[in-house]
Amino acid sequence: MTPDELKQIADTERESLGCFRHRVNVCVAAGCLSCQSEAVKEALEQDVSRRGWGDHCQVKGTGCMGLCADGPLVSAGSERLYKGVAASDAAEILDSLEGPPVSRLRCPTDVPFFQRQHKIVLENSGVIDPERIEEYIAAEGYQALIRALTEMTPREVIEQVMKSGLRGRGGAGYPTGLKWSTVAKSVGTQKFVICNADEGDPGAFMDRSVLESDPHRVLEGMLIAAYAVGSTEGYIYIRAEYPLAIKRLRGAIRQAERAGLLGANICGTRFNFKIDLRLGAGAFVCGEETALIASVEGKRGTPRPRPPYPAMEGLLGEPTLINNVETFANVPPIIRNGGDWYAQIGTETSKGTKVFALAGRVQNTGLVEVPMGITLREMVFEIGGGIPEGRKFKAVQTGGPSGGCLPADTLDIPVDYESLARLGSIMGSGGMIVMDESSCMVDVARYFMDFCMTESCGKCVPCRVGTYQMHRILSAITGMTATPQDLAMLEQLCDLLKHTSLCGLGQSAPNPVVSTLKSFATEYKAHIEDHKCPAGVCGQQPVGASV
Amino acid sequence: MFSFAGGVGSKGPRRTRDPKTTVVTFAKSAPPNEDKRWRLVDATMRRQGQQSRGLIEALHTVQEAFGYLDQQALRYVATSLRVPLSRAYGVATFYHFFTLKPAGEHTCVICMGTACYIKGATQLLEGVKRDLGLSPGETTMDRKVSLLTARCLGSCGLAPAVVYDQEVAGKVSPQALREHLSQWTRHDA
Repeated sequence: MTPDELKQIADTERESLGCFRHRVNVCVAAGCLSCQSEAVKEALEQDVSRRGWGDHCQVKGTGCMGLCADGPLVSAGSERLYKGVAASDAAEILDSLEGPPVSRLRCPTDVPFFQRQHKIVLENSGVIDPERIEEYIAAEGYQALIRALTEMTPREVIEQVMKSGLRGRGGAGYPTGLKWSTVAKSVGTQKFVICNADEGDPGAFMDRSVLESDPHRVLEGMLIAAYAVGSTEGYIYIRAEYPLAIKRLRGAIRQAERAGLLGANICGTRFNFKIDLRLGAGAFVCGEETALIASVEGKRGTPRPRPPYPAMEGLLGEPTLINNVETFANVPPIIRNGGDWYAQIGTETSKGTKVFALAGRVQNTGLVEVPMGITLREMVFEIGGGIPEGRKFKAVQTGGPSGGCLPADTLDIPVDYESLARLGSIMGSGGMIVMDESSCMVDVARYFMDFCMTESCGKCVPCRVGTYQMHRILSAITGMTATPQDLAMLEQLCDLLKHTSLCGLGQSAPNPVVSTLKSFATEYKAHIEDHKCPAGVCGQQPVGASV
Repeated sequence: MFSFAGGVGSKGPRRTRDPKTTVVTFAKSAPPNEDKRWRLVDATMRRQGQQSRGLIEALHTVQEAFGYLDQQALRYVATSLRVPLSRAYGVATFYHFFTLKPAGEHTCVICMGTACYIKGATQLLEGVKRDLGLSPGETTMDRKVSLLTARCLGSCGLAPAVVYDQEVAGKVSPQALREHLSQWTRHDA
């Protein structure tokens, strides 16, 4: 495909969209689909064809609209958003297109949940049909790729990414540009680009949503990365638990191949690149780079010591670039608008925006994209709408099993990589779970330790045995049988795991314990000394129930 | 329940040595039986160039086609891709997604992700334990219902979430779960 052909597709698509006076979008991402949004879409389509409105009213499925808790979501034009729509509401929605909206179903869009967002990664989510490449192209899609291929050298592409200040969105926050330039400089007979879509953190679903709502954006990001580092072969390592994302990705790869945007001589240049999917099989540790590579090679997902880093010796011993879904999704707009544009957003050290999955005991659960540096208070109380049922906020957990629980007195810190790390938590992939007074923090720590214990690959002793011992002590505490000596041992183990484990899983496994010990020491004390659970959680359920 | 008595030796790849070139060639192994589903497995392995790195992909295809991985399937895949049976077994047991046991007629997956845990997934598990006597990974005696847990379904906005036979349901209460399960155990009796 040449740039002119691309422009023509975009023009034709925009023109055909312009013919419709009314556009009704139904969210068909996983969240709304499980609330039967497909039936809503069918009902709307049938009603439109029954009325003979096919020429001026378009009904289509789109990606995630964000407010997953209130699905199925339907938008009619840019102003009207309806929530909790049933198939039987179809006629009423269509009747009201010319007049005032259906107030019964209306979801206000002038609230902080929508107003405070800054969408870059999610700019197309909920707007375009994820199953049609034409709509992505009409939304400026693949223009960044064309610009990179025809107007920029690989070095210039890397320079722009460096300038943007983009950091890895998978959790560790390693500067993306630096990683790219290391891979570009490495020597190998072949280089690989791998997209890490093994979203293992419980409580995180932004990668899934991006893949379901805008799969071409990730492909374009990978293509630009491949051009920059000189790779010809790429893999997307995706969880088998995400069947819809897999289906949409497969479809997107096929469409891109057919359009000449993947394969040999892309856009008439000498650049070749192909992408294949690799299904994960449910192992949290495979989010770690070296374990992921082992898994792509068809082996058990066990990590190995680094260095050598995958950027030098990765898949099949060749230089390999591994980035997260969200990192790749940020690349096309950076190339399109320039690194300086991206660097204006966010804080001094954490640039750009971050997608968070807001869940737990909070009014508005769903997916939000906000500029870095927003405070936790804004996240929970403005965007999240506060705690339901008039309860009191207790903690917010970021970073999944590798992160920490942040108490109320930390609510005013800005959300960026450094601030969270200083408080003993991590940015992680962006899961944010809000807890109220009904959660026992010791029980939460035990829950995460149970997770790490089960997910430990068993290769190194500190992690394999340490997580087991820590889980045993935490179970004793929640079972009211622990002694003060146990607590001292627990603290010792935290230190041991952190410093001696082989990979990130073991090194960060103590984080939930360390952070709760620091901020909620009284709860530990109440369990051990008074044999009481202040939240009334422990002691009611079989302690140590395996997850 | 899952024994590998007999070892790999007897059914391993037959090595024939070409006298002129001393290149070791492997006899192509044939599927264990006439079942047409093996063609899908063969196709996947072919797509991966019959190489050992296609092991996980091949096991995915087997599980998709047959529902679980039995000894016969592991043996066949291991032989075809020329990996030791121990490695195929190691991979099959390392990853949670693979199962070595056939599931019941219906499966109920309870999500144990953080959001679901905070919103009461434990009560759901206890309910099933109380009603059907099932722990995660178990199937009822009449093979009607299997209970599984998931690390996270990514449906955190709908916590607590449950998957009934591939269909995700959100904001599930213990009562709703009990009613759904009783439909399965009652109707097709």
